[in-house]
Amino acid sequence: MRDTQTPIATSESPQLCGVLAEFETVDALLAAARRVREAGFARWDAHAPFPVHGLDEAMGIRRTRLPWIVLACGLMGVLVGLGLQWWTNAVDYPFLISGKPLFSWPANVPVIFELGVLFAAMGAFLGMLVLNRLPEWYHPVLTSERFRRATSDRFFIVIDADDPRFDRRGTSELLESVGGAVELLEA
Amino acid sequence: MTGTMSTAVIEEFDNTGVAPRQRAPLVLGEHDLASVTEAVCRVVERPKPPRAWYIAFAVSSAVTGMLFAMIGYLFLVGVGVWGVNNPVSWGWAIVNFVFWVGIGHAGTLISAILFLFRQRWRNSINRFAEAMTIFAVMCAGIFPAIHVGRVWVAYWLFPIPNQMQMWPNFRSPLIWDVFAVNTYMLVSLVFWYVGLIPDLATLRDRATTRIRQIAYGLAALGWRGSQRHWHRYEVAYLLLAALATPLVISVHSVVSFDFAVAQLPGWHTTIFPPYFVAGAIFSGCAMVVTLIVPARQWFGLRELVTRRHLENLTKVILATGSIVGYAYAIEFFTAWYSGNAYELFTFVNRALGPYAWAYWIMITCNVLVPQLFWFKRCRTNLVIMFIISILVNVGMWFERFVIVTTSLSRDFLPSSWDYYSPTWVDILTFIGSFGLFFTMFLLFIRYLPMVAMAEVKTLMPQAHGHGGKGGDHA
Repeated sequence: MRDTQTPIATSESPQLCGVLAEFETVDALLAAARRVREAGFARWDAHAPFPVHGLDEAMGIRRTRLPWIVLACGLMGVLVGLGLQWWTNAVDYPFLISGKPLFSWPANVPVIFELGVLFAAMGAFLGMLVLNRLPEWYHPVLTSERFRRATSDRFFIVIDADDPRFDRRGTSELLESVGGAVELLEA
Repeated sequence: MTGTMSTAVIEEFDNTGVAPRQRAPLVLGEHDLASVTEAVCRVVERPKPPRAWYIAFAVSSAVTGMLFAMIGYLFLVGVGVWGVNNPVSWGWAIVNFVFWVGIGHAGTLISAILFLFRQRWRNSINRFAEAMTIFAVMCAGIFPAIHVGRVWVAYWLFPIPNQMQMWPNFRSPLIWDVFAVNTYMLVSLVFWYVGLIPDLATLRDRATTRIRQIAYGLAALGWRGSQRHWHRYEVAYLLLAALATPLVISVHSVVSFDFAVAQLPGWHTTIFPPYFVAGAIFSGCAMVVTLIVPARQWFGLRELVTRRHLENLTKVILATGSIVGYAYAIEFFTAWYSGNAYELFTFVNRALGPYAWAYWIMITCNVLVPQLFWFKRCRTNLVIMFIISILVNVGMWFERFVIVTTSLSRDFLPSSWDYYSPTWVDILTFIGSFGLFFTMFLLFIRYLPMVAMAEVKTLMPQAHGHGGKGGDHA
């Protein structure tokens, strides 16, 4: 998956790490995202206080492989649940309870189910964080005063300085031409 | 931002009408994206909470102290301080456990099941209900742990290698319960936290003090609203909802197995799992109403948690309450139809025996009172719904009391019959658990956003693009 989040090495002199443009409406953001994508940028991102529908298509984000990770984790939970009960009650410590068989899968269903769900849920949570490279407590955009509204009511597009098509003036002009209020991000 | 949020004495707008061609608005008033942020964050950003909060917190933490004092007393002296006796070896501890776990069901129902059904009104109340779930499950978890007698070996409940080289018996429903409740607790916590991450970032970005910046900043994990993140976030949230939906149904089913797998008349019935699940949702939604009616009033959130939200909850209460009433009737019918003398005796004894008073409290509160919700006046009147919601939880507590006690106190051998009554320790422990619940809740409304801002914003017209192919169904 393409990613825009490369940590930037801190040096003494401020270093340009990207251009940020602020938009006031969802419509402006969608239009700008389409333009940025058409212009061929690869290392860029859009930021919004909530998931904007239609933006995935406008940005060309491919569907995540998270569901497969969750499925794998769930199946692992099922196997762990089955193996745990079989090993502990039928092999390591054969447990005779009112003449019932040592290993009978119907009695093991609740624990298998619970562990399957538990592993899958943890897979969804941790998988989402890992694929998103979170937690990442430092990021250049978080230094911008203006960007603080990205979690409230404003929409942003950020183009990274290390994008091959990035140039200081041209990129800023592109973002201005689509109606963004532009700011240079330095770190 | 603007002063539109002063909630003084504005007459509440009624959005409970039925207009089939129109979607009822779920966010009322002159709100834009910024003012939603403002309305929700304002509550947690006040330098000092209102005086009422301090008073409530003082009372509830004192009551929590009493809970731990009672638990300490129990540990020092032993289970003899409780009213449990020989036939009734499951007393209030198990009643309280089932009661609290049941309340803990509404949160995940509202978060997960209504999410999958695209019931978008859930977005204003899911955070609140999920928090309630977590605190209720915490209260629930205490009781089985302290009920085991020798608490210092409570870890035997888990498959942890121990010095006796023994393992738990996985054919016992009590072990299933350990797994079900712990899984439910963890998954609910994760679901809640995932929902909180974007809102914690909002609080971080608005923070004015260093401590708040660091605390919310750490908790927000560096969330910055990136669409590439949102994409995976939404998939993860959907998957968590899909996983939590069967989970919520399984938890109370497994709790009911504690009873249904036993051989005791009155417990050994196949109707228990669905009946317990319906009862759990019933009591949980009632608890949501009990908590949210005052909270929305005090914290000026009436435009986000509207009358329509409350009316929808009362409809869920009516539906699940009727399922519970139906289950009571079917239990009775089956007891008679089975031709089993023990089973029939148990049920006649419930209604007419020494615990008849508890049985009729249960029937009144759970079956009769919620029927008032057939009337729109009751579904939209805050006072009436508040009172009914409390009565429902009184009734649901008595339901568990009736199930546990009547069957145990009259077992197969009349010579061992006995009457169970709680001691002062039982009663104070139960009251203490409310202290813990409310203490946690007060901390929640003080420090965390009680409405999911990011999710509510998706319901607003500002969230939808008009040009191009943007825009989802409004």
